[in-house]
Amino acid sequence: MRWLIAPAVLAAVAAPWLADPYTTATLARILVLGLVAASVALLTGVAGLPTLGQTAPFAAGAYAAATLALHSSSVGVTQLLMGASVGAAFAALTTPLVVYARGVVFLMITLAIGELVVTAASRWRSVTGGTDGLAGMPSPRPLWGLPILDTDRARYLYALAVVGVVLCVVVLLLRGPAGMYLRGCRDDEARMRASGHPVGAYLAIAYIAAGAIAGLAGSLLVTTQQYLSPADFGFDVAALLLLGVVIGGAGSVVGAIAGTAVVLAARDWLSGLLPGRGPLLLGALFIAAAYVLPRLRFMLRRVVA
Amino acid sequence: MRALLAVDALSRRYGSLVALDRIDLRIGEGERHALIGPNGAGKTTLLDLVAGAARPDGGRIWVAGRDVTRLGPARRARLGVGRIHQRPAAWPSLSTLDNIAVAGARRCGGYRRTLPAARQLLSAHGLPDVTAAQLSHGQRRQLEIAMALAGRPRLLLLDEPAAGLSAVEFSQLSAVLRDLPRTVTVLLVEHRLDLVYALADRVTVLRDGQHVATGTPDEIRASSTVRTAYAEAVI
Ligand SMILES: Nc1ncnc2c1ncn2[C@@H]1O[C@H](COP(=O)(O)OP(=O)(O)O)[C@@H](O)[C@H]1O
Ligand SMILES: [Mg+2]
Repeated sequence: MRWLIAPAVLAAVAAPWLADPYTTATLARILVLGLVAASVALLTGVAGLPTLGQTAPFAAGAYAAATLALHSSSVGVTQLLMGASVGAAFAALTTPLVVYARGVVFLMITLAIGELVVTAASRWRSVTGGTDGLAGMPSPRPLWGLPILDTDRARYLYALAVVGVVLCVVVLLLRGPAGMYLRGCRDDEARMRASGHPVGAYLAIAYIAAGAIAGLAGSLLVTTQQYLSPADFGFDVAALLLLGVVIGGAGSVVGAIAGTAVVLAARDWLSGLLPGRGPLLLGALFIAAAYVLPRLRFMLRRVVA
Repeated sequence: MRALLAVDALSRRYGSLVALDRIDLRIGEGERHALIGPNGAGKTTLLDLVAGAARPDGGRIWVAGRDVTRLGPARRARLGVGRIHQRPAAWPSLSTLDNIAVAGARRCGGYRRTLPAARQLLSAHGLPDVTAAQLSHGQRRQLEIAMALAGRPRLLLLDEPAAGLSAVEFSQLSAVLRDLPRTVTVLLVEHRLDLVYALADRVTVLRDGQHVATGTPDEIRASSTVRTAYAEAVI
């Protein structure tokens, strides 16, 4: 699959010149959700903690960055840092809730956290604008002294650059000891302990790092979408992210972005054909992914071998 | 000789079953101590308690003079307690080299610093550099031994390392255990009595969670109590 990366990057850079502004904005949204999916893959695929709750730090980071954008700073980097630190802080606060849970219990607790945050977002009107949403965030400039990102193309390229940098950092870290340790925890936690590894601390760090990534993606959402509503962080988004991660091959952060792109494209395209049946289609895709993909991958491996 | 491992009145119950009943044990620094007894005697349970994988219902455990009874398995491993499990346990999705390096990392200053030693162990144990999931049973045993040694243990707990090995693999294992430096103290659970008698300085016999006898291999071989205790199960 490695040979796909160069053409994919080229296509991603060229896209805003080939597509109309609306499609460009959609692509930017896919990038942002793909980054959240990468944080889901980090937890689910690499560390072995299946999560439906990454929408929570995503939302926390988004509202924090939006508040910053509305009231003080319109510098992209500041907003990114704000989103990442609020996402990380949110994860750190919820770590005691999740760090002893595994498997389905982890899934259910993170689901509950995600739902609580969406409910809070629709109630706390003074900060989030409630279900009406929050609008009017000005376009930022990436850094002090750089021009304002006032076109869809500029905002898309900004998102592409940020996602690219974050992904490279994550992939590099996962290739080193950190990745080994997390995969060791996923494979056999007791064996990790028997070798002296503090498993709880490792998983807590992974959870907080995933929170930082999701929070940073939240601040990117403010830039690319310039509008926030609780619906951006609902259960269907969480399910869609998990589906994207499963399709992308759970252990792969890069695959998670590709998987999310496929899922979003399939949903938008199919719901154009069958209006109002979005959730149904998503469910069908989920079942297909759970049943068909492992067999397909198995067959592919046999064909290749 | 200073006791590297001391166990006092150690007990463990599973429901109404008494898996270990107030066991005392002293193992000197550098000693090779074997633990034998029929299936269900409580040998694995004793290793679990020493490694911290299970909690005792009573009693205390000291390693190198330090009371570790309340420490978790990771803390004990960092103090130098290494272990080979009855069912070989590795991280299947990591390579054999990474398995060894990750296993040693916490006691050797991190993964990268452990890599050179891990490479040596890999070739010394004749292991291919593949994903651990691809290994045969005998190779997995070898891998687990290499993993345990990578952590430079002071106390090595071995749970039936010879089980399921071919004749060639068995003699390789005997050689590896024979050549361990005396800086490593060994507690060996094993059914193959030839290995036990060749290696052990002293032997402890357990049966149904009870201590039956402790002595030199010659004493144990000669003891009539041991023969009765062992009669149905092994001989
Ligand atoms: N996790 C457990 N739950 C219930 N019973 C157990 C458990 N582990 C061991 N036992 C019981 O404790 C006794 C001792 O087991 P074990 O220590 O594995 O014996 P050995 O290793 O000497 O064959 C056996 O009767 C076994 O069935
Ligand atoms: Mg046993």
